[in-house]
Amino acid sequence: MTVWKAICRVEDIPVLGSRRVARENGLEVAIFRNDADEVFALLDRCPHRGGPLSQGIVFGQQVACPLHNWTIDLCDGKAQAPDEGCTPRFSVKVEAQVVYLDSAELAHLGTDLTRPIAGPKR
Amino acid sequence: MSQKLKLVMVGNGMAGVRTLEELLKLTPDLYEITVFGSEPHPNYNRILLSPVLAGEQTLDEIILNPFDWYIDNDITLHTGWTVTAVDRIQRVVHAQNAAGETRSAPYDRLILATGSNPFMLPIPGRELAGVLAYRDIADTQAMIDAATKYQHAVVIGGGLLGLEAANGLMKRGMQVTVVHVSDWLMERQLDPVAGGLLQRSLAERGMQFRMAAHTQALLGDANGRVAAVQFKDGTSVPAELVVMAVGIRPNTALAEKMHLHCERGIVVSDTLQTVTDPRIYAVGECASHRGIAYGLVAPLFEQGKVLANHLAEFGIGRYTGSLTSTKLKVTGIDLFSAGDFMGADDGSTEEIVLSDPHDGVYKKLVIRNDQLVGACLYGDTVDGSWYFKLLRDGRNVADIREKLMFGESNIGDVGHQGQSKAAAMADSDEVCGCNGVTKGAICKTIKEKGLFTLDEVRKHTKASASCGSCTGLVEQILMFTAGGDYSATPKLKPMCGCSSNSHQTVREAIRDKKLFRIGDVFRALEWRTPNGCASCRPAVNYYLISTWPKEAQDDPQSRFINERSHANIQKDGTYSVIPRMWGGETTAAELRRIADVVDKYNIPTVKVTGGQRIDLLGVKKEDLVDVWKDIGMPSGHAYAKALRTVKTCVGSEWCRMGTQDSTQMGKDLEKAMWRMYAPHKVKFAVSGCPRNCAEAGIKDVGVIGVDSGWEMYIGGNGGIKTEVAEFFVKVKTAEEVLEYTGAFMQLYREEGWYLERTVHYLHRVGMDYIKQKVLEDEVNRKALWARLQHALEGEPDPWFEFSKARVDTRQFEPVAVEAASPA
Repeated sequence: MTVWKAICRVEDIPVLGSRRVARENGLEVAIFRNDADEVFALLDRCPHRGGPLSQGIVFGQQVACPLHNWTIDLCDGKAQAPDEGCTPRFSVKVEAQVVYLDSAELAHLGTDLTRPIAGPKR
Repeated sequence: MSQKLKLVMVGNGMAGVRTLEELLKLTPDLYEITVFGSEPHPNYNRILLSPVLAGEQTLDEIILNPFDWYIDNDITLHTGWTVTAVDRIQRVVHAQNAAGETRSAPYDRLILATGSNPFMLPIPGRELAGVLAYRDIADTQAMIDAATKYQHAVVIGGGLLGLEAANGLMKRGMQVTVVHVSDWLMERQLDPVAGGLLQRSLAERGMQFRMAAHTQALLGDANGRVAAVQFKDGTSVPAELVVMAVGIRPNTALAEKMHLHCERGIVVSDTLQTVTDPRIYAVGECASHRGIAYGLVAPLFEQGKVLANHLAEFGIGRYTGSLTSTKLKVTGIDLFSAGDFMGADDGSTEEIVLSDPHDGVYKKLVIRNDQLVGACLYGDTVDGSWYFKLLRDGRNVADIREKLMFGESNIGDVGHQGQSKAAAMADSDEVCGCNGVTKGAICKTIKEKGLFTLDEVRKHTKASASCGSCTGLVEQILMFTAGGDYSATPKLKPMCGCSSNSHQTVREAIRDKKLFRIGDVFRALEWRTPNGCASCRPAVNYYLISTWPKEAQDDPQSRFINERSHANIQKDGTYSVIPRMWGGETTAAELRRIADVVDKYNIPTVKVTGGQRIDLLGVKKEDLVDVWKDIGMPSGHAYAKALRTVKTCVGSEWCRMGTQDSTQMGKDLEKAMWRMYAPHKVKFAVSGCPRNCAEAGIKDVGVIGVDSGWEMYIGGNGGIKTEVAEFFVKVKTAEEVLEYTGAFMQLYREEGWYLERTVHYLHRVGMDYIKQKVLEDEVNRKALWARLQHALEGEPDPWFEFSKARVDTRQFEPVAVEAASPA
């Protein structure tokens, strides 16, 4: 059975915006809210060059990655054609204005993926 | 379950099928679609018949939509069936095949995409075997077959199509004579000089010509095959193959039979509906729109888009006509023409001509009333698209007149090794230096994906999609790979796919209709998307706040992340922080605080920027607020479309050469105009003497101190294309520098299009216009300057006044998640 974890209230996410959810292992999960108050969750990592999708501009059911403007579908994490790629999507439940994520997914989904490295070579 | 509407299309060619593709993208399930095509083939790229004839491509390679495509999209396709009649009362289409069998299909909506027919000269002998038109695969195949058996070919018609046919036949080993009635080749696209150059170049390859020649008859042999072409002067040339390429006529036979109004094409409205029957549409070469039947692919695709939009019942697209340009698809020959390239005989036009017969380069630009109205290029066509854009935009060229001939790409272009001829590049050569795309990769993608337009190539390959400096090269490659006339033809370019509004339309609507919110703009201008996209929303937000300062409310969610987090995002998702240092001057105390911050927050890189500031790179988003606070310096706005830096030299305070206090001037400018959002980033520089150590010549506003005052330059840019700022005015006092700079900035803020740098704004409106608004009209100058000061009055520093600057501080902290709670 799915164990749902309460994350925040819907109004804690800006309309046409996002919040980042930190987890014990792996990159953060980005939760998005559009102007129809739908809530979506994706790994905060663009399939292109690993940009943080939580920082992108949200429109319709899509987000534009802030690094190279790839458009990612919030429903399934897929890049808009002709670009190819997919970022892991997380199950979301909204009940009484509270946003829940699946704790098993939070613990395991996409934990192997990393952010690109920047800065001087160490 | 509701019954789908029935859509029938007569014709299976490029314009029609493109319309269906556009329609399926918009609404895949609205229609049950049936297509009738006379030819036995699926939709193929007719423009590429010439490379097929020349043996450079195969028939398979030019198929655009294979049979599977029709099946996958549930389209019923009848190839080899010619529509013979349409019953407009019963709404049924009747077709017949070669065997004389008949078939019918009912329709709710009907598209006529019957294309055009080649015109056959009404001369004796035209019915002989071996006399062909050049229009479809069957003609092409017949020409290829003839080339294996016969030696002499005559092509009647020295236009675009005729020369491509002649070239192809010659490549297949035939001796080819081109017969042309005019004095020079391609007289509808070229002037006599360029036509002569073209003829010389083709003659060098072995093509023969009979110019100003009138064909009287085609003579046959005993077997009823053509044997010679006879002219009115009595002479003749041998020919076992005659290709007539003297022009095409819109194919309106069916439409006329249906009693639709035809006048050199099927007459259609701006929504491509026939004027006679609104259920019936016409698209492509058979359609006559505002008196013009287009024959080039780009305008036809534009029509297809509008028609699809209308069929999908979106009902907002309109086709308002296109300007066209021409290129010839003969490998190794570059020519381009557009507009009124001949010029007028009445003296109302002027010509600028460059002629270098040795290198085979000829360029002619035709100017009327300070506007470019025509261009004819031979040998070097890389700037064709630029000229075409100038022509289409009707931009005043008085100020760039002396540079016009040398083209856009010849001025400080970087990123592709100074290459200007795509044909000369190897497949492994890099075309797009931003995205590392080679010529070979672009060619391959164009072929595999069947691309036609620059936008499509950008989407699929990313070539020229970043800085855009290689656009001319990509267009050339597109030209000889796809054969398309690539030009983006809508007269007003929409700002993005969300609407058909141009930047100018949106700006004007916001002002004239007094719109204050993004949602109001989207409703008033009929946006197709609920909340725009990442491209239009930031633009509209900027237009609102620049048009209505203190009234329209800024929407941070419509800003790019850098302007939402007030720092510059890096490739690993960290940020860079650049504090403001007025005029590039700092103090020991500031430097100590910066050093302490670097240590405290483990900031990996500290770099001095080109604009004389200090950049801290690799700051975590969670640390931004504390970093700003600990540094205790104002925001440098290095992340924003706003005034970034004012670069200065030390000036007369220290420099033994200095004539003016440039540092103080720079500080004053920066203090007066920081927090100023603009269509794009803005940089100033002030030098204290003409040695110009602050590099004021490549800044949006560059100020150079001279003994008697200050010289001001505007529209410089050190970026993709190095643009040298143009002299604007000389003033005496520092107060004047502030006022003139501010007035120019406010004009740019109020009129510039989003992401348009000052240089592009300047080029669009012309220096004379700016001088008129800022220099000549003192009242207007002072009003502009006052409006800028009003707009900036009390504007917050976003690093410290979060609520006033509408900075959502929730973004800096991740959501803390508590222990699992089963629900």
